[in-house]
Amino acid sequence: MLKFNIKSTLLAVVFGLVASPALAQEVSEHGVYILNSLLFLMAGFLVMFMACGFCMLEAGLVRSKNTTMQLTKNVSLFSIAAVGYYVIGYNLMYPLGTWSVEGVLSGVFGVAIMEAVGITADAADDISYATTGSDYFFQLMFCAATASIVSGALAERIKLWPFLLFTFILTAVIYPLQASWKWGGGFLDEMGFLDFAGSTVVHSVGGWAALAGALILGPRIGKYKDGKVVPMPGANLPLATLGVFILWLGWFGFNGGSQLAMGTVGDVADVSRIFANTNAAAAGGAIAALILTQVVYGKVDLTMVLNGALAGLVSITAEPLTPTLGVAVLIGAVGGIIVVFTVPMLDKFKIDDVVGAIPVHLIAGIWGTLAVPLTNSDANFGTQIVSILIVGAFTFVVSGIVWYVIKAVLGIRVSEADEIAGLDTTELGMESYPEFSR
Amino acid sequence: MKYIVAIIQPGKVEAVYNALLELGVSGLTTTEVQGYGRQKGKTEMYRGAEYNVNFLPKMKVEVAVSSKEVAKVVTAIKAASESGKIGDGKIFTLDLADAMRIRTGETGAEAL
Repeated sequence: MLKFNIKSTLLAVVFGLVASPALAQEVSEHGVYILNSLLFLMAGFLVMFMACGFCMLEAGLVRSKNTTMQLTKNVSLFSIAAVGYYVIGYNLMYPLGTWSVEGVLSGVFGVAIMEAVGITADAADDISYATTGSDYFFQLMFCAATASIVSGALAERIKLWPFLLFTFILTAVIYPLQASWKWGGGFLDEMGFLDFAGSTVVHSVGGWAALAGALILGPRIGKYKDGKVVPMPGANLPLATLGVFILWLGWFGFNGGSQLAMGTVGDVADVSRIFANTNAAAAGGAIAALILTQVVYGKVDLTMVLNGALAGLVSITAEPLTPTLGVAVLIGAVGGIIVVFTVPMLDKFKIDDVVGAIPVHLIAGIWGTLAVPLTNSDANFGTQIVSILIVGAFTFVVSGIVWYVIKAVLGIRVSEADEIAGLDTTELGMESYPEFSR
Repeated sequence: MKYIVAIIQPGKVEAVYNALLELGVSGLTTTEVQGYGRQKGKTEMYRGAEYNVNFLPKMKVEVAVSSKEVAKVVTAIKAASESGKIGDGKIFTLDLADAMRIRTGETGAEAL
Protein backbone atom coordinates (compact mmCIF):
# COMPACT_ATOMS: atom_id res chain seq x y z
CA MET A 1 0.00 0.00 0.00
CA LEU A 2 2.78 2.33 0.95
CA LYS A 3 4.64 1.31 -2.18
CA PHE A 4 1.57 2.11 -4.28
CA ASN A 5 1.27 5.54 -2.67
CA ILE A 6 4.89 6.39 -3.38
CA LYS A 7 4.50 5.24 -6.94
CA SER A 8 1.40 7.33 -7.57
CA THR A 9 3.05 10.35 -5.96
CA LEU A 10 6.03 9.95 -8.26
CA LEU A 11 3.76 9.67 -11.26
CA ALA A 12 1.96 12.83 -10.21
CA VAL A 13 5.29 14.64 -9.93
CA VAL A 14 6.44 13.46 -13.33
CA PHE A 15 3.17 14.45 -14.97
CA GLY A 16 3.27 17.73 -13.14
CA LEU A 17 6.64 18.41 -14.72
CA VAL A 18 5.56 17.45 -18.20
CA ALA A 19 2.02 18.74 -18.39
CA SER A 20 2.56 22.43 -18.88
CA PRO A 21 -0.45 23.70 -20.82
CA ALA A 22 1.50 26.13 -23.01
CA LEU A 23 4.22 23.71 -24.09
CA ALA A 24 2.54 20.36 -23.79
CA GLN A 25 5.53 18.48 -25.18
CA GLU A 26 8.26 20.23 -23.24
CA VAL A 27 9.21 20.33 -19.58
CA SER A 28 8.19 23.48 -17.73
CA GLU A 29 10.84 25.91 -16.46
CA HIS A 30 10.48 24.53 -12.94
CA GLY A 31 10.74 21.04 -14.36
CA VAL A 32 14.02 21.87 -16.10
CA TYR A 33 15.34 23.40 -12.87
CA ILE A 34 14.39 20.28 -10.93
CA LEU A 35 15.73 17.84 -13.52
CA ASN A 36 19.02 19.72 -13.88
CA SER A 37 19.45 19.74 -10.10
CA LEU A 38 18.63 16.03 -10.00
CA LEU A 39 21.35 15.38 -12.60
CA PHE A 40 23.89 17.29 -10.48
CA LEU A 41 22.93 15.45 -7.32
CA MET A 42 23.02 11.99 -8.87
CA ALA A 43 26.16 12.65 -10.88
CA GLY A 44 27.66 14.29 -7.79
CA PHE A 45 27.29 11.25 -5.60
CA LEU A 46 28.73 9.07 -8.36
CA VAL A 47 31.77 11.35 -8.53
CA MET A 48 31.94 11.37 -4.73
CA PHE A 49 32.37 7.60 -4.83
CA MET A 50 35.39 8.04 -7.09
CA ALA A 51 37.15 9.11 -3.89
CA CYS A 52 36.57 5.55 -2.71
CA GLY A 53 37.82 4.24 -6.05
CA PHE A 54 41.07 6.20 -5.79
CA CYS A 55 41.42 5.08 -2.18
CA MET A 56 41.02 1.37 -2.98
CA LEU A 57 43.27 1.60 -6.05
CA GLU A 58 46.03 3.20 -4.01
CA ALA A 59 45.56 0.88 -1.04
CA GLY A 60 45.97 -2.04 -3.43
CA LEU A 61 49.06 -0.73 -5.19
CA VAL A 62 51.12 0.25 -2.14
CA ARG A 63 52.95 -2.30 0.00
CA SER A 64 51.00 -3.53 3.01
CA LYS A 65 53.23 -1.61 5.44
CA ASN A 66 51.84 1.67 4.04
CA THR A 67 48.18 0.74 3.68
CA THR A 68 46.75 2.50 6.73
CA MET A 69 48.62 5.68 5.78
CA GLN A 70 47.22 5.60 2.24
CA LEU A 71 43.69 5.12 3.55
CA THR A 72 44.21 7.95 6.04
CA LYS A 73 45.45 10.31 3.35
CA ASN A 74 42.50 9.56 1.10
CA VAL A 75 39.76 10.10 3.66
CA SER A 76 41.56 13.21 4.93
CA LEU A 77 42.17 14.79 1.54
CA PHE A 78 38.53 14.31 0.58
CA SER A 79 37.44 16.07 3.75
CA ILE A 80 39.98 18.86 3.39
CA ALA A 81 38.89 19.44 -0.21
CA ALA A 82 35.33 19.93 1.08
CA VAL A 83 36.52 22.69 3.40
CA GLY A 84 39.01 24.29 0.98
CA TYR A 85 36.44 24.47 -1.79
CA TYR A 86 33.84 25.91 0.60
CA VAL A 87 36.11 28.53 2.16
CA ILE A 88 37.27 30.15 -1.06
CA GLY A 89 37.44 27.69 -3.96
CA TYR A 90 33.86 27.76 -5.21
CA ASN A 91 33.68 31.53 -5.60
CA LEU A 92 37.19 31.64 -7.01
CA MET A 93 36.10 29.17 -9.68
CA TYR A 94 32.72 30.74 -10.49
CA PRO A 95 32.91 34.55 -10.43
CA LEU A 96 29.68 34.69 -12.51
CA GLY A 97 31.03 37.67 -14.43
CA THR A 98 32.52 39.53 -11.46
CA TRP A 99 36.26 39.55 -12.14
CA SER A 100 38.96 41.46 -10.28
CA VAL A 101 41.29 40.73 -13.21
CA GLU A 102 39.13 40.20 -16.28
CA GLY A 103 39.05 36.52 -17.26
CA VAL A 104 41.91 35.61 -14.92
CA LEU A 105 41.03 36.22 -11.29
CA SER A 106 37.59 36.10 -9.73
CA GLY A 107 36.35 39.23 -7.96
CA VAL A 108 34.28 37.18 -5.53
CA PHE A 109 36.17 36.15 -2.43
CA GLY A 110 34.57 34.33 0.44
CA VAL A 111 32.69 31.22 1.39
CA ALA A 112 30.19 29.42 -0.80
CA ILE A 113 26.58 30.23 0.06
CA MET A 114 23.63 28.05 -0.89
CA GLU A 115 20.06 29.12 -1.45
CA ALA A 116 17.99 29.59 1.72
CA VAL A 117 15.86 26.86 3.25
CA GLY A 118 12.63 26.11 1.37
CA ILE A 119 12.86 28.86 -1.25
CA THR A 120 10.14 29.62 -3.76
CA ALA A 121 10.93 29.77 -7.48
CA ASP A 122 11.36 33.55 -7.54
CA ALA A 123 14.05 33.32 -4.82
CA ALA A 124 16.12 30.77 -6.75
CA ASP A 125 19.62 31.95 -7.67
CA ASP A 126 19.08 30.87 -11.27
CA ILE A 127 15.70 29.31 -12.04
CA SER A 128 16.79 28.64 -15.63
CA TYR A 129 19.67 26.41 -14.46
CA ALA A 130 19.80 24.43 -11.22
CA THR A 131 19.92 24.82 -7.47
CA THR A 132 23.13 26.35 -6.14
CA GLY A 133 23.39 23.54 -3.62
CA SER A 134 23.42 20.86 -6.32
CA ASP A 135 25.86 22.82 -8.47
CA TYR A 136 28.18 23.35 -5.52
CA PHE A 137 27.95 19.70 -4.48
CA PHE A 138 28.72 18.49 -8.02
CA GLN A 139 31.64 20.86 -8.58
CA LEU A 140 33.15 20.14 -5.17
CA MET A 141 33.45 16.47 -6.13
CA PHE A 142 35.59 17.41 -9.15
CA CYS A 143 37.84 19.46 -6.94
CA ALA A 144 38.24 16.51 -4.56
CA ALA A 145 39.02 14.19 -7.49
CA THR A 146 41.91 16.45 -8.47
CA ALA A 147 43.37 16.10 -4.99
CA SER A 148 42.89 12.32 -5.01
CA ILE A 149 45.11 12.04 -8.09
CA VAL A 150 48.08 13.50 -6.22
CA SER A 151 48.11 11.12 -3.26
CA GLY A 152 48.79 7.95 -5.24
CA ALA A 153 51.87 9.28 -7.01
CA LEU A 154 53.52 10.37 -3.76
CA ALA A 155 52.63 7.31 -1.70
CA GLU A 156 54.89 5.40 0.68
CA ARG A 157 57.31 8.23 1.52
CA ILE A 158 55.54 11.57 2.08
CA LYS A 159 54.66 12.82 5.54
CA LEU A 160 50.98 13.12 6.37
CA TRP A 161 50.59 16.75 7.44
CA PRO A 162 52.70 18.42 4.73
CA PHE A 163 50.72 16.42 2.18
CA LEU A 164 47.43 17.59 3.67
CA LEU A 165 48.65 21.19 3.71
CA PHE A 166 49.36 20.94 -0.01
CA THR A 167 45.91 19.39 -0.51
CA PHE A 168 44.31 22.42 1.11
CA ILE A 169 46.18 24.85 -1.14
CA LEU A 170 45.43 22.74 -4.20
CA THR A 171 41.70 22.53 -3.52
CA ALA A 172 41.21 26.05 -2.18
CA VAL A 173 43.33 27.95 -4.70
CA ILE A 174 45.26 26.14 -7.44
CA TYR A 175 42.46 24.00 -8.85
CA PRO A 176 39.64 26.58 -8.61
CA LEU A 177 41.77 29.41 -10.02
CA GLN A 178 42.76 27.60 -13.22
CA ALA A 179 39.28 26.05 -13.50
CA SER A 180 37.81 29.57 -13.54
CA TRP A 181 39.76 30.26 -16.73
CA LYS A 182 37.68 27.63 -18.53
CA TRP A 183 34.57 26.69 -16.57
CA GLY A 184 34.17 30.03 -14.81
CA GLY A 185 34.00 31.78 -18.19
CA GLY A 186 37.57 33.09 -18.07
CA PHE A 187 40.10 33.74 -20.82
CA LEU A 188 40.63 30.12 -21.91
CA ASP A 189 36.88 29.81 -22.43
CA GLU A 190 36.88 33.07 -24.42
CA MET A 191 39.70 31.69 -26.57
CA GLY A 192 37.54 28.73 -27.56
CA PHE A 193 39.27 26.08 -25.47
CA LEU A 194 37.10 22.98 -25.17
CA ASP A 195 37.38 20.59 -22.24
CA PHE A 196 34.00 18.99 -21.58
CA ALA A 197 34.53 17.30 -18.21
CA GLY A 198 38.14 18.08 -17.49
CA SER A 199 40.87 16.02 -19.18
CA THR A 200 42.96 19.15 -18.69
CA VAL A 201 41.10 21.14 -16.04
CA VAL A 202 40.87 18.22 -13.60
CA HIS A 203 43.07 15.31 -14.63
CA SER A 204 46.14 16.99 -16.05
CA VAL A 205 46.06 19.47 -13.14
CA GLY A 206 46.15 16.60 -10.66
CA GLY A 207 48.89 15.04 -12.77
CA TRP A 208 51.00 18.22 -12.93
CA ALA A 209 50.71 18.74 -9.17
CA ALA A 210 51.70 15.09 -8.66
CA LEU A 211 54.65 15.42 -11.04
CA ALA A 212 55.96 18.52 -9.26
CA GLY A 213 55.57 16.71 -5.94
CA ALA A 214 57.26 13.51 -7.18
CA LEU A 215 60.25 15.48 -8.50
CA ILE A 216 60.74 17.41 -5.26
CA LEU A 217 60.03 14.40 -3.04
CA GLY A 218 62.30 11.97 -4.90
CA PRO A 219 61.83 8.23 -5.45
CA ARG A 220 61.25 5.62 -2.75
CA ILE A 221 64.39 4.15 -1.19
CA GLY A 222 65.65 1.27 -3.31
CA LYS A 223 63.41 2.00 -6.29
CA TYR A 224 66.32 2.75 -8.62
CA LYS A 225 69.46 0.78 -7.85
CA ASP A 226 72.62 0.48 -9.96
CA GLY A 227 70.86 1.92 -13.00
CA LYS A 228 68.04 -0.63 -12.72
CA VAL A 229 64.40 -0.26 -11.80
CA VAL A 230 63.41 -2.32 -8.77
CA PRO A 231 59.66 -2.99 -8.89
CA MET A 232 57.75 -2.84 -5.62
CA PRO A 233 54.62 -4.87 -6.32
CA GLY A 234 51.36 -3.73 -4.80
CA ALA A 235 50.05 -5.67 -1.84
CA ASN A 236 46.46 -6.26 -2.86
CA LEU A 237 45.38 -6.50 -6.49
CA PRO A 238 41.75 -7.35 -5.67
CA LEU A 239 41.49 -3.97 -3.90
CA ALA A 240 43.16 -2.21 -6.82
CA THR A 241 40.73 -3.84 -9.24
CA LEU A 242 37.77 -2.90 -7.05
CA GLY A 243 39.07 0.66 -7.04
CA VAL A 244 39.20 0.78 -10.83
CA PHE A 245 35.66 -0.56 -11.18
CA ILE A 246 34.45 2.05 -8.69
CA LEU A 247 36.23 4.80 -10.63
CA TRP A 248 34.75 3.45 -13.87
CA LEU A 249 31.25 3.68 -12.33
CA GLY A 250 31.89 7.12 -10.90
CA TRP A 251 33.05 8.38 -14.26
CA PHE A 252 29.51 8.14 -15.66
CA GLY A 253 28.64 10.91 -13.19
CA PHE A 254 31.85 12.77 -13.93
CA ASN A 255 31.26 12.96 -17.68
CA GLY A 256 27.48 12.57 -17.80
CA GLY A 257 26.89 15.26 -15.20
CA SER A 258 29.13 17.64 -17.13
CA GLN A 259 26.35 17.98 -19.71
CA LEU A 260 25.07 20.33 -16.94
CA ALA A 261 21.47 19.92 -18.09
CA MET A 262 18.84 17.19 -18.32
CA GLY A 263 15.63 19.12 -18.92
CA THR A 264 15.18 18.62 -22.67
CA VAL A 265 15.04 15.68 -25.05
CA GLY A 266 18.36 16.80 -26.50
CA ASP A 267 20.07 17.00 -23.13
CA VAL A 268 18.86 13.59 -22.00
CA ALA A 269 19.97 12.08 -25.31
CA ASP A 270 23.36 13.73 -24.88
CA VAL A 271 23.79 12.50 -21.31
CA SER A 272 22.96 9.03 -22.56
CA ARG A 273 25.50 9.26 -25.40
CA ILE A 274 28.11 10.39 -22.88
CA PHE A 275 27.46 7.42 -20.57
CA ALA A 276 27.84 5.00 -23.48
CA ASN A 277 30.94 6.71 -24.89
CA THR A 278 32.57 6.87 -21.47
CA ASN A 279 32.13 3.13 -21.04
CA ALA A 280 33.42 2.46 -24.56
CA ALA A 281 36.60 4.46 -23.97
CA ALA A 282 37.35 2.64 -20.71
CA ALA A 283 36.92 -0.66 -22.51
CA GLY A 284 39.20 0.50 -25.32
CA GLY A 285 41.90 1.53 -22.85
CA ALA A 286 41.74 -1.76 -20.96
CA ILE A 287 41.81 -3.89 -24.11
CA ALA A 288 44.73 -1.93 -25.58
CA ALA A 289 46.78 -2.45 -22.39
CA LEU A 290 45.72 -6.11 -22.23
CA ILE A 291 46.97 -6.84 -25.75
CA LEU A 292 50.01 -4.59 -25.56
CA THR A 293 51.41 -6.03 -22.31
CA GLN A 294 50.96 -9.54 -23.72
CA VAL A 295 52.85 -8.60 -26.88
CA VAL A 296 55.56 -6.45 -25.30
CA TYR A 297 56.23 -8.33 -22.03
CA GLY A 298 55.02 -11.80 -22.95
CA LYS A 299 52.49 -11.80 -20.08
CA VAL A 300 49.47 -9.65 -19.30
CA ASP A 301 50.12 -7.16 -16.48
CA LEU A 302 46.89 -6.59 -14.53
CA THR A 303 48.09 -3.31 -13.05
CA MET A 304 48.64 -1.99 -16.56
CA VAL A 305 45.20 -3.16 -17.68
CA LEU A 306 43.70 -1.31 -14.69
CA ASN A 307 45.67 1.83 -15.54
CA GLY A 308 44.68 1.34 -19.19
CA ALA A 309 40.99 1.44 -18.35
CA LEU A 310 41.53 4.63 -16.31
CA ALA A 311 43.60 6.20 -19.10
CA GLY A 312 40.77 5.41 -21.50
CA LEU A 313 38.37 7.21 -19.16
CA VAL A 314 40.66 10.23 -18.82
CA SER A 315 41.13 10.34 -22.61
CA ILE A 316 37.39 10.57 -23.35
CA THR A 317 36.75 13.15 -20.61
CA ALA A 318 37.63 16.19 -22.72
CA GLU A 319 35.01 15.23 -25.30
CA PRO A 320 32.67 12.39 -24.31
CA LEU A 321 29.72 13.67 -26.36
CA THR A 322 30.61 14.02 -30.04
CA PRO A 323 32.53 10.78 -30.77
CA THR A 324 30.68 7.73 -32.05
CA LEU A 325 31.00 4.58 -29.96
CA GLY A 326 33.69 3.25 -32.27
CA VAL A 327 35.75 6.42 -32.12
CA ALA A 328 35.35 6.49 -28.32
CA VAL A 329 36.86 2.98 -28.15
CA LEU A 330 39.79 4.20 -30.27
CA ILE A 331 40.34 7.37 -28.22
CA GLY A 332 40.37 5.24 -25.07
CA ALA A 333 42.67 2.67 -26.69
CA VAL A 334 45.28 5.33 -27.44
CA GLY A 335 45.08 6.21 -23.73
CA GLY A 336 45.77 2.57 -22.85
CA ILE A 337 48.75 2.47 -25.21
CA ILE A 338 50.10 5.69 -23.67
CA VAL A 339 50.06 4.07 -20.22
CA VAL A 340 51.96 0.96 -21.27
CA PHE A 341 54.74 3.05 -22.77
CA THR A 342 54.90 5.98 -20.34
CA VAL A 343 55.00 3.98 -17.08
CA PRO A 344 58.48 2.59 -17.93
CA MET A 345 59.45 5.97 -19.43
CA LEU A 346 58.89 7.75 -16.09
CA ASP A 347 61.06 5.10 -14.45
CA LYS A 348 63.84 5.95 -16.92
CA PHE A 349 63.74 9.51 -15.61
CA LYS A 350 63.67 8.12 -12.04
CA ILE A 351 60.32 9.70 -11.37
CA ASP A 352 58.68 7.32 -8.90
CA ASP A 353 54.92 7.34 -9.40
CA VAL A 354 53.60 4.53 -7.21
CA VAL A 355 50.19 4.05 -8.86
CA GLY A 356 50.76 5.45 -12.36
CA ALA A 357 48.86 8.68 -11.72
CA ILE A 358 51.07 10.75 -14.02
CA PRO A 359 50.72 8.52 -17.11
CA VAL A 360 46.99 8.05 -16.49
CA HIS A 361 45.91 11.55 -15.55
CA LEU A 362 48.53 13.88 -17.02
CA ILE A 363 49.68 12.23 -20.22
CA ALA A 364 46.37 10.61 -21.17
CA GLY A 365 44.72 13.90 -20.13
CA ILE A 366 46.83 15.79 -22.65
CA TRP A 367 45.99 13.21 -25.31
CA GLY A 368 42.26 13.48 -24.54
CA THR A 369 42.39 17.26 -24.80
CA LEU A 370 44.22 17.04 -28.15
CA ALA A 371 41.66 14.52 -29.41
CA VAL A 372 38.72 16.96 -29.08
CA PRO A 373 39.13 18.51 -32.57
CA LEU A 374 39.02 15.01 -34.11
CA THR A 375 35.29 14.79 -33.47
CA ASN A 376 34.22 18.33 -32.57
CA SER A 377 34.59 20.95 -35.29
CA ASP A 378 34.18 23.78 -32.75
CA ALA A 379 37.63 22.97 -31.36
CA ASN A 380 40.99 23.60 -32.99
CA PHE A 381 44.38 22.10 -32.26
CA GLY A 382 46.14 25.45 -31.73
CA THR A 383 43.80 26.60 -28.97
CA GLN A 384 43.82 23.16 -27.34
CA ILE A 385 47.65 23.08 -27.30
CA VAL A 386 48.01 26.65 -26.00
CA SER A 387 45.48 25.93 -23.24
CA ILE A 388 47.22 22.69 -22.23
CA LEU A 389 50.51 24.61 -21.99
CA ILE A 390 49.04 27.51 -20.00
CA VAL A 391 47.25 25.27 -17.49
CA GLY A 392 50.28 22.98 -17.32
CA ALA A 393 52.82 25.74 -16.78
CA PHE A 394 50.66 27.45 -14.16
CA THR A 395 49.91 24.28 -12.19
CA PHE A 396 53.40 22.83 -12.42
CA VAL A 397 55.16 26.06 -11.40
CA VAL A 398 52.78 27.02 -8.60
CA SER A 399 52.62 23.45 -7.25
CA GLY A 400 56.39 23.26 -7.46
CA ILE A 401 56.77 26.46 -5.45
CA VAL A 402 54.26 25.28 -2.84
CA TRP A 403 55.94 21.87 -2.53
CA TYR A 404 59.32 23.55 -2.29
CA VAL A 405 58.24 25.95 0.46
CA ILE A 406 56.55 23.17 2.43
CA LYS A 407 59.72 21.10 2.08
CA ALA A 408 61.89 23.97 3.31
CA VAL A 409 59.66 24.88 6.25
CA LEU A 410 58.18 21.57 7.43
CA GLY A 411 60.01 18.89 5.48
CA ILE A 412 57.96 16.54 3.32
CA ARG A 413 59.73 13.24 3.56
CA VAL A 414 59.76 10.70 6.37
CA SER A 415 63.13 9.51 7.69
CA GLU A 416 64.91 6.67 5.93
CA ALA A 417 64.35 4.32 8.87
CA ASP A 418 60.63 5.17 8.97
CA GLU A 419 60.26 4.64 5.25
CA ILE A 420 61.87 1.20 5.43
CA ALA A 421 59.77 0.18 8.43
CA GLY A 422 56.62 1.48 6.72
CA LEU A 423 54.53 4.57 7.39
CA ASP A 424 51.76 2.62 9.13
CA THR A 425 53.80 1.80 12.22
CA THR A 426 56.05 4.86 12.23
CA GLU A 427 53.76 7.78 11.27
CA LEU A 428 50.50 6.35 12.59
CA GLY A 429 51.32 3.45 14.89
CA MET A 430 48.49 1.49 13.36
CA GLU A 431 48.75 -1.46 11.00
CA SER A 432 46.12 -2.42 8.45
CA TYR A 433 46.29 -6.12 9.24
CA PRO A 434 47.67 -6.44 12.79
CA GLU A 435 46.54 -10.07 13.07
CA PHE A 436 48.27 -11.30 9.93
CA SER A 437 51.72 -12.84 10.22
CA ARG A 438 54.31 -11.65 7.77
CA MET B 1 62.11 -42.67 15.91
CA LYS B 2 62.70 -40.35 13.03
CA TYR B 3 61.51 -36.86 12.20
CA ILE B 4 60.86 -36.30 8.49
CA VAL B 5 60.92 -32.72 7.15
CA ALA B 6 59.81 -32.38 3.55
CA ILE B 7 59.99 -29.10 1.59
CA ILE B 8 57.54 -29.53 -1.27
CA GLN B 9 55.62 -27.62 -3.93
CA PRO B 10 52.55 -25.88 -2.40
CA GLY B 11 50.26 -27.69 -4.81
CA LYS B 12 51.38 -31.13 -3.62
CA VAL B 13 50.27 -30.97 0.02
CA GLU B 14 46.92 -32.60 -0.66
CA ALA B 15 48.55 -35.56 -2.45
CA VAL B 16 51.10 -36.06 0.34
CA TYR B 17 48.34 -35.90 2.96
CA ASN B 18 46.33 -38.57 1.14
CA ALA B 19 49.39 -40.81 0.72
CA LEU B 20 50.33 -40.59 4.38
CA LEU B 21 46.75 -41.12 5.49
CA GLU B 22 46.73 -44.33 3.45
CA LEU B 23 49.91 -45.49 5.24
CA GLY B 24 48.24 -44.86 8.57
CA VAL B 25 50.53 -42.02 9.62
CA SER B 26 48.68 -40.51 12.53
CA GLY B 27 49.64 -36.87 12.21
CA LEU B 28 51.52 -34.25 10.23
CA THR B 29 52.26 -30.55 10.51
CA THR B 30 52.47 -28.08 7.61
CA THR B 31 53.95 -24.59 7.41
CA GLU B 32 54.04 -22.07 4.56
CA VAL B 33 57.70 -21.34 3.93
CA GLN B 34 59.84 -19.47 1.40
CA GLY B 35 63.32 -20.26 0.22
CA TYR B 36 65.69 -21.08 -2.58
CA GLY B 37 67.42 -24.23 -3.76
CA ARG B 38 69.43 -25.04 -6.84
CA GLN B 39 66.61 -23.53 -8.89
CA LYS B 40 67.32 -20.15 -7.26
CA GLY B 41 64.46 -17.64 -7.59
CA LYS B 42 62.77 -16.52 -10.75
CA THR B 43 62.39 -13.35 -12.80
CA GLU B 44 59.03 -11.64 -13.22
CA MET B 45 57.77 -8.44 -14.86
CA TYR B 46 55.89 -5.72 -12.97
CA ARG B 47 54.79 -2.53 -14.72
CA GLY B 48 57.43 -2.81 -17.42
CA ALA B 49 60.39 -3.64 -15.18
CA GLU B 50 61.99 -7.02 -14.44
CA TYR B 51 62.38 -8.12 -10.87
CA ASN B 52 63.82 -11.14 -9.13
CA VAL B 53 61.79 -13.25 -6.78
CA ASN B 54 64.62 -14.60 -4.61
CA PHE B 55 62.54 -16.83 -2.39
CA LEU B 56 59.92 -19.12 -3.84
CA PRO B 57 56.91 -20.25 -1.83
CA LYS B 58 57.00 -23.88 -0.64
CA MET B 59 55.23 -25.95 1.97
CA LYS B 60 57.08 -27.61 4.82
CA VAL B 61 55.55 -30.93 5.90
CA GLU B 62 56.78 -32.47 9.15
CA VAL B 63 56.03 -36.01 10.29
CA ALA B 64 57.31 -38.03 13.25
CA VAL B 65 57.40 -41.79 12.59
CA SER B 66 58.80 -44.93 14.14
CA SER B 67 62.14 -46.08 12.69
CA LYS B 68 60.71 -49.06 10.82
CA GLU B 69 58.18 -46.86 8.97
CA VAL B 70 60.70 -44.30 7.74
CA ALA B 71 61.51 -45.86 4.40
CA LYS B 72 57.96 -46.27 3.19
CA VAL B 73 56.90 -42.84 4.44
CA VAL B 74 59.79 -41.15 2.61
CA THR B 75 58.99 -43.15 -0.53
CA ALA B 76 55.34 -42.17 -0.28
CA ILE B 77 56.15 -38.46 0.14
CA LYS B 78 58.53 -38.60 -2.82
CA ALA B 79 55.96 -40.33 -5.03
CA ALA B 80 53.17 -37.95 -4.07
CA SER B 81 55.12 -34.71 -4.46
CA GLU B 82 57.13 -35.52 -7.56
CA SER B 83 56.48 -33.69 -10.82
CA GLY B 84 59.89 -34.40 -12.37
CA LYS B 85 60.57 -30.70 -12.83
CA ILE B 86 63.09 -28.50 -11.10
CA GLY B 87 61.77 -27.09 -7.83
CA ASP B 88 60.10 -30.25 -6.47
CA GLY B 89 61.92 -29.80 -3.16
CA LYS B 90 63.75 -32.06 -0.69
CA ILE B 91 63.07 -34.56 2.07
CA PHE B 92 65.24 -34.53 5.22
CA THR B 93 65.23 -37.30 7.82
CA LEU B 94 66.39 -36.48 11.34
CA ASP B 95 66.86 -38.57 14.44
CA LEU B 96 64.14 -37.97 16.98
CA ALA B 97 65.17 -38.26 20.62
CA ASP B 98 61.77 -38.47 22.18
CA ALA B 99 58.12 -37.46 21.94
CA MET B 100 55.31 -36.89 24.42
CA ARG B 101 51.57 -36.75 23.97
CA ILE B 102 50.60 -33.79 26.10
CA ARG B 103 47.16 -34.99 27.16
CA THR B 104 48.22 -38.44 28.47
CA GLY B 105 51.91 -38.02 29.14
CA GLU B 106 52.78 -41.06 26.96
CA THR B 107 56.33 -40.94 25.64
CA GLY B 108 58.44 -42.47 22.87
CA ALA B 109 56.81 -44.39 20.00
CA GLU B 110 53.62 -44.62 22.09
CA ALA B 111 53.15 -40.91 21.72
CA LEU B 112 53.22 -40.88 17.90
